[in-house]
Amino acid sequence: MDALAEIKQTFFQECEEQLVELETGLLAIEAGDHDSEVVNAVFRAVHSVKGGAGAFNLTDLVHFAHTFENAMDLVRVGRLAPAPPLVRVMLRAADILADLVRAARADAPHDAARAAAVAAELTACCAEAAPKGAKATAVGSVAAAAPEPAADDAFEFVPLAVDLSDFGDLAPMPGLNRFRITFRPRPELYAKGNDTVILMRELALLGDALVTCDTGGLPGLADIDPEGAYFGWTVMLETERDEAAVREIFDFVEWDSTLEVEPVAAPAPAEPDEEEFVFEPIPLDELPDLGPPDLDPPAPAPGEAEPSQAVVVPLRAAEPAAVPAAADAATEHRPAAQASPTIRVDLDRVDRLIDLVGELVINQAMLAERVNEAGLARMSQVAVGLDELEQLTREIQDSVMAIRAQPVKSVFQRMPRLAREVAMQVGKSVRLVTEGENTEVDKTVIERLSDPLTHMIRNAIDHGLERPEVRLAAGKPEEGQVRLSALHRSGRIVIEISDDGAGINRERVRAIAVEKGLIPPDTKLTDEETDNLIFLPGFSTAATISDISGRGVGMDVVKRSIQALGGRISIASVPGKGSTFTMSLPLTLAVLDGMVVTVAGHTLVIPLTAIVEILLPKATEVHGFGGNARVIGVRNGFIPLVDVGEVMGFRGSLEDARAGVALLVEIEGGARSALLVDAIQGQRQVVIKSLESNYGHVPGIAAATILGDGRVALILDVDTVAAAGSRVGSPDLTLALAG
Amino acid sequence: MSKTVLTVDDSRTMRDMLKVALTTAGYTVIQAEDGQHGLDVLAGSQPDVIITDINMPRLDGFGFIEGVRGDSRMRAVPILVLSTESDVEKKQRARAAGATGWIVKPFDPVKLVDAVRRVAA
Repeated sequence: MDALAEIKQTFFQECEEQLVELETGLLAIEAGDHDSEVVNAVFRAVHSVKGGAGAFNLTDLVHFAHTFENAMDLVRVGRLAPAPPLVRVMLRAADILADLVRAARADAPHDAARAAAVAAELTACCAEAAPKGAKATAVGSVAAAAPEPAADDAFEFVPLAVDLSDFGDLAPMPGLNRFRITFRPRPELYAKGNDTVILMRELALLGDALVTCDTGGLPGLADIDPEGAYFGWTVMLETERDEAAVREIFDFVEWDSTLEVEPVAAPAPAEPDEEEFVFEPIPLDELPDLGPPDLDPPAPAPGEAEPSQAVVVPLRAAEPAAVPAAADAATEHRPAAQASPTIRVDLDRVDRLIDLVGELVINQAMLAERVNEAGLARMSQVAVGLDELEQLTREIQDSVMAIRAQPVKSVFQRMPRLAREVAMQVGKSVRLVTEGENTEVDKTVIERLSDPLTHMIRNAIDHGLERPEVRLAAGKPEEGQVRLSALHRSGRIVIEISDDGAGINRERVRAIAVEKGLIPPDTKLTDEETDNLIFLPGFSTAATISDISGRGVGMDVVKRSIQALGGRISIASVPGKGSTFTMSLPLTLAVLDGMVVTVAGHTLVIPLTAIVEILLPKATEVHGFGGNARVIGVRNGFIPLVDVGEVMGFRGSLEDARAGVALLVEIEGGARSALLVDAIQGQRQVVIKSLESNYGHVPGIAAATILGDGRVALILDVDTVAAAGSRVGSPDLTLALAG
Repeated sequence: MSKTVLTVDDSRTMRDMLKVALTTAGYTVIQAEDGQHGLDVLAGSQPDVIITDINMPRLDGFGFIEGVRGDSRMRAVPILVLSTESDVEKKQRARAAGATGWIVKPFDPVKLVDAVRRVAA
């Protein structure tokens, strides 16, 4: 069934949302927020997952969710205190629940043993709950006396104390059963929206029914309460169904009426009650017409005066003037205070829009240049209109980028679980604090942030935080803290991961770097430079490669992936206090701040994020060594000088470096390189156009853009160009020497 | 003259399921996401039957039922409570608040429609 498959997808999507809600709530409870709304939200999340899972027969999920829900319910009613050990079990249960949901979604097996273990823990916690009644909600005596119904999936049948012993084994009789049903509703029955006439109609569907109305209780007109209930009914029913079927009809109304269902042995004629006023039995067809009770879609009958649903009934106008009693509550209606509505849009459409806006930006720049060429006065109508256009274009661009922007929440959310698991594996106690999770950044950036962040959080817990006993000895709380925060700063997003651990052990870092041949033993390094050694490829501080951090990726990979996003990463560490990693990333990958340069008559763009410094080479600073290779002396070190024109094959080597400008860039692995170009045109924001999808991959070129004059300019892939031009230089040495 | 059912449930899955089951049976379905939203929706519509969940944010099912029963225009509309709760205590509270009947989740579409028919005139 197609509709069902679709709903199932919705269910899984919703589960993901509920799981987030669940974890957020549990973390809030762990942090000491025992507000009933938070507890309720957590309960609801588990409850919803269970409800939906039941509908799709996901039994494993239902069972686990049920156990979880029971525990949560005990917390909710105050019988179980959300103490830290319990919350930790619940967080693990939330992880299992997430696993089960994903397994169900992929129709894959799951770790049943692990689920069972956590379920057992939950059950054990429940066993410690305060006895019912200690703080349980008041239960009406009737409800308390009634036993728990057995069948969950059927209409529930609330047992009523009806003594059937007198009737022996009459109940399940083959053939026709006869029942005398006496039914006297109380006013509450009507107040709850039930109606006797419907019950009679349902009874009539079971077989032949003879309905007698007892109007004996009707008082004089003056004494009639319009909301009272004065009639009773007696029904003689001949049916093939049993007593349970008859009682089921009265399932909803038993509490609000007096009901007797007596099997009648002989087909005796209906004995009228010995009341004074006895009315003739009313044939069923004289009951008010209720329309067909069948399940088929009712055909729209022409001319039928049923009010259309589209008609809006004004609240006050529709009120019968005679019923003022309950009208007060009607004023309760408040205008909708809903969250702002959202729509789901295909990502392709957004990307298409972004492309078009990119074109618009280029077109606007071209127009501006044409107007400039035409030599029109600055205050001319055209120029003023163009300024406005430029303003609008920029606003449109920002708005479109904002569509692709998403809160970093989606990545941050995954980290608490990771932190818990890592902490458990390494036997440390960790509290992960996240801040600024609503900070927005381009979707692609978010997607590519996940791996570096995962790795850095692992590192912070595994390497950054000390073991609990060490922490206690150092006078720190046993529980370590890792803080993950995001914020916007000058058009970029800054993400920080800090721990309150021991800080970077610089002696050890240095010793390792020397041992691995990354730096010469006698190199003099500042503290900052030493810290930066951990970003070198092949560096790993862990004495033994643990399961956590040793997955073949080091900080060098982290750094490279951040740089690939046009970002930078830096580290600040204070011995004994902890370390902070700071990443700064562009908000979007669709535009880029670039330095527009000229090389042998070609216009190239160099990403501004890569450029550290701009130098005018002096003859005394440039030194040749070995073949064509040249280095440039910068302060007290030497950096490879790469002639971009030569590397790109535009021309031969530029004989005199003094004729050009050197751009000091930082490349992969923290190395630096000086790119020699002919001239700088200026700094500009450019729209990135993929070269691969429009032409093909060109080594040394990252992408292309279209400038205001309509010409295509290539965006330089700084890493490749620098690497191609400085094969002779050792990047590691450069790092060590350059400050 | 298709009858209109208002469903109030915070779970999108449940709302979708109710909608499919009820529209297949020929009912017109309007939806609300929680009790407060339900009352807001009611201000501009007149359903023949209301089906509501119990555990919802902002305003739960009990509060919603009380709100409906307190509105003279709506007080006679049958309300079915939809909940996974099988415990008598909750049902009792729903009844006290003015629920007409109940449906236990997970429901089977036939039984759901049966229950709606059993309260709808």
